[in-house]
Amino acid sequence: MLIRFWGSRGSIPTPLGYRAVRAKVREALMAARGLKLDSLSPEAIDAFIANELPFSVSGTYGGNSSCVEIETGGDEYVLCDVGSGVREFGNALIAKHGPAKKSRFNVFLSHTHWDHIMGFPFFTPSYIPGNVIRIHGCHKGMRDVFIRQQSDPCFPIDFRKLGATIEFVELEPGRTYEIDGLSVKAIRQNHPSDSYGFRFSKNGKSMVYSTDSEHKFDVLTESYPFVEFFRDADLLIFDAQYSLADQISVKEDWGHSSNMVAVELAQLARVKHLVMYHHEPVFDDRMIEKVLGETRRYAEINESPQKLIVSSAYDGLEIVL
Amino acid sequence: MEIGERRDGNILVLRPVGRIDNDTSPDFQSRLLSGLTAGAAVLVDFSAVEYISSAGLRALMMGSKQSKAANGKLAVASLGPVVKEIFEISRFAMVVQVFDTPADALAALR
Repeated sequence: MLIRFWGSRGSIPTPLGYRAVRAKVREALMAARGLKLDSLSPEAIDAFIANELPFSVSGTYGGNSSCVEIETGGDEYVLCDVGSGVREFGNALIAKHGPAKKSRFNVFLSHTHWDHIMGFPFFTPSYIPGNVIRIHGCHKGMRDVFIRQQSDPCFPIDFRKLGATIEFVELEPGRTYEIDGLSVKAIRQNHPSDSYGFRFSKNGKSMVYSTDSEHKFDVLTESYPFVEFFRDADLLIFDAQYSLADQISVKEDWGHSSNMVAVELAQLARVKHLVMYHHEPVFDDRMIEKVLGETRRYAEINESPQKLIVSSAYDGLEIVL
Repeated sequence: MEIGERRDGNILVLRPVGRIDNDTSPDFQSRLLSGLTAGAAVLVDFSAVEYISSAGLRALMMGSKQSKAANGKLAVASLGPVVKEIFEISRFAMVVQVFDTPADALAALR
């Protein structure tokens, strides 16, 4: 399996403004002082960018809302959520294969909040006859939500007039399904109007997509259902939008979790790689990087028999399982 | 868990010992909440605490909420290096008043 992130930001897309870009350029130039730039090869400059600059300067954690692709090696495409990131996924697909190639897509929808569906009206393959898009989820009435999103006067093209064949498939939490060679199981999560996490398994590897999920345990024990759901996962994509203080005070019941809860749950479940996801839109790249460093430190402080790898998702991140 | 206890005037000083984690946080929470009666001032001296997990911080949050609702005061003091880091990571310094020493905290609570 190859996991590719097309949208990592929570709640709303957050494009970089010119000030943020300019600040990065400035920091990069400051870091390059003393180097004889005109004598450096392009490869040496690439190495400098990759090795000497922090990611918050050389890159960005990204602006698109939730969308993650699972490349299974099968014939069909698999996506988790269709936030604004799905627009770039669709464009990349057409750039690679051209519009004539007909494809089948399996979307797993965590829930129907806007940031998780807002990219669909801009998903070019949905306009092309012959494409088949199956949207799997555990909510009732998913089709109505997509129709409403693309209704006049909010959008000029009615959902029912899209060229692709679009089907909605209601899944039952706790039941295992076989879809495009993947075993898939869903779990209900604590979020306003509910959300669902998905565990995907293939060839002995497993990945859990668990976003928009607030964990409210008083004491964390093995009996907490998510420990079993996450158990031994090779990769856990986890909503760590808030600090713990925010999660359990002013933002309690907003339906999101924190980096500390992420680490504790991942370690108890013996997860191998934790990827923090659904980044707080208020945070800039520097803050997300700071939170990443602190989260890695918290994972060190907590004694765990198995080392936990901790990353922060960014648009374009690829992880091979 | 072992929780030392003394009074400094009207201020209740609690001194938990060891780790405040999934095993011990129920004891810590129970003792903290029972001390936070109407108008009470409580200082938690962290000098003997090696570690605090999210469950322990959640107990502290419940104490903070109860204290505010009861017009009381709650402060913590003497965080060791690891606990200090965890307070920073969790942003808990925004939840409760943190002091370097018990003397500083007592002066503020009086």
